[in-house]
Amino acid sequence: MSTEIEKEETTKKWSTDRGYLYIREDYCKGCGYCIEFCPQEVLEESEEFNEKGYHPPKPKAIDKCVNCGFCGKICPDFAIWDEKEDSNE
Amino acid sequence: MTTELKQKEEVKPELTTAEHPATKYLREERLPHIWCSGCGLGSAVTSLTNAYEKLEIPVDDIGVVSGIGCAGRAAGYFETDSYHTTHGRAIPFATGLKLSNPEMNVTVFSGDGDLFAIGGNHFIHAARRNVDMTVICVNNYNYGMTGGQFGPTTPRGATATTSPYGNYESPFNLPDLAASAGAIYVARWTTVHARRIQQAMEDALSKKGFSFVEILSPCPTGYGRKNDLGEGIDELKSYQNRCVIKHGSDPGEAEIVRDPEAEIVVGKFVDTDRPTYCDIADEYLKGEK
Repeated sequence: MSTEIEKEETTKKWSTDRGYLYIREDYCKGCGYCIEFCPQEVLEESEEFNEKGYHPPKPKAIDKCVNCGFCGKICPDFAIWDEKEDSNE
Repeated sequence: MTTELKQKEEVKPELTTAEHPATKYLREERLPHIWCSGCGLGSAVTSLTNAYEKLEIPVDDIGVVSGIGCAGRAAGYFETDSYHTTHGRAIPFATGLKLSNPEMNVTVFSGDGDLFAIGGNHFIHAARRNVDMTVICVNNYNYGMTGGQFGPTTPRGATATTSPYGNYESPFNLPDLAASAGAIYVARWTTVHARRIQQAMEDALSKKGFSFVEILSPCPTGYGRKNDLGEGIDELKSYQNRCVIKHGSDPGEAEIVRDPEAEIVVGKFVDTDRPTYCDIADEYLKGEK
């Protein structure tokens, strides 16, 4: 069993047309895969640094996001993912 | 339009404690992982957890075994039953695990150096016996963790810490080796084919027998830096341009060469069925043969 760790509210959650987009900035290592391979070009590099000194992604056009989920599959650091609104139904 | 966009950008996100869906199968307290920025191992782990989730395999029924090296760290991150074995011995341990727990879904997740240099013999013999397990080999063309020495998959001519004038050894062609040793499922993808890796892993996990998936991964810190391949993202873009999908083609023609323009054959090479080691052993031990 995993040890209990106090969870901090570190994940940013954006609403999209079909669900939500989540970005956990403290896990990001700035590889840029999500920005480059997003088929809808939703993301861009943010100007702020995270605690490791990388620039995490941020949405530049969140209304274009279609929740295809590719960012969550290609991210090597478990830092970005999506959730479809109907997934809980 | 621009004002509209500006207004949307100003919408502040909500802060939550949500976690990546892959963390259902991972030890959250060990994250973030130690792999370099741009390394493809994290993508491979995500694909594996997605495949487990899609096939609805319970966490308690999975055993993940890995050897030594960068990829060897993966077992430590899995919340499932997992074991980090000595160098090259992931497959013998997994064989024992499978024989003592025939119901367990055994996955070996390791690197090219561990599985094919130090563990090369174990690989071919497990494939020959057709032990029911899934072997996932993340190939980064070098020994990443120890500082980028050349290994059994380094393409000829490539520079590594121990081959400053270029590697003059011929590399293994992993799908060909697996197919000729008797694996019943052989596929190769790169980390840029995220959806196809997941599909291949689902197929491999569902098959009864020795199934092998090779994942070509960028290694910007070790192999990429020595060979002027740029950042991880440049390596992924080159995979996008170089990869040609040829399902069912001869794995013998799927060699990887150093030429940055040369094509890389990816796809599903072998998908057959034959009796597994456990099935045959049962028949003999019960006196049916």
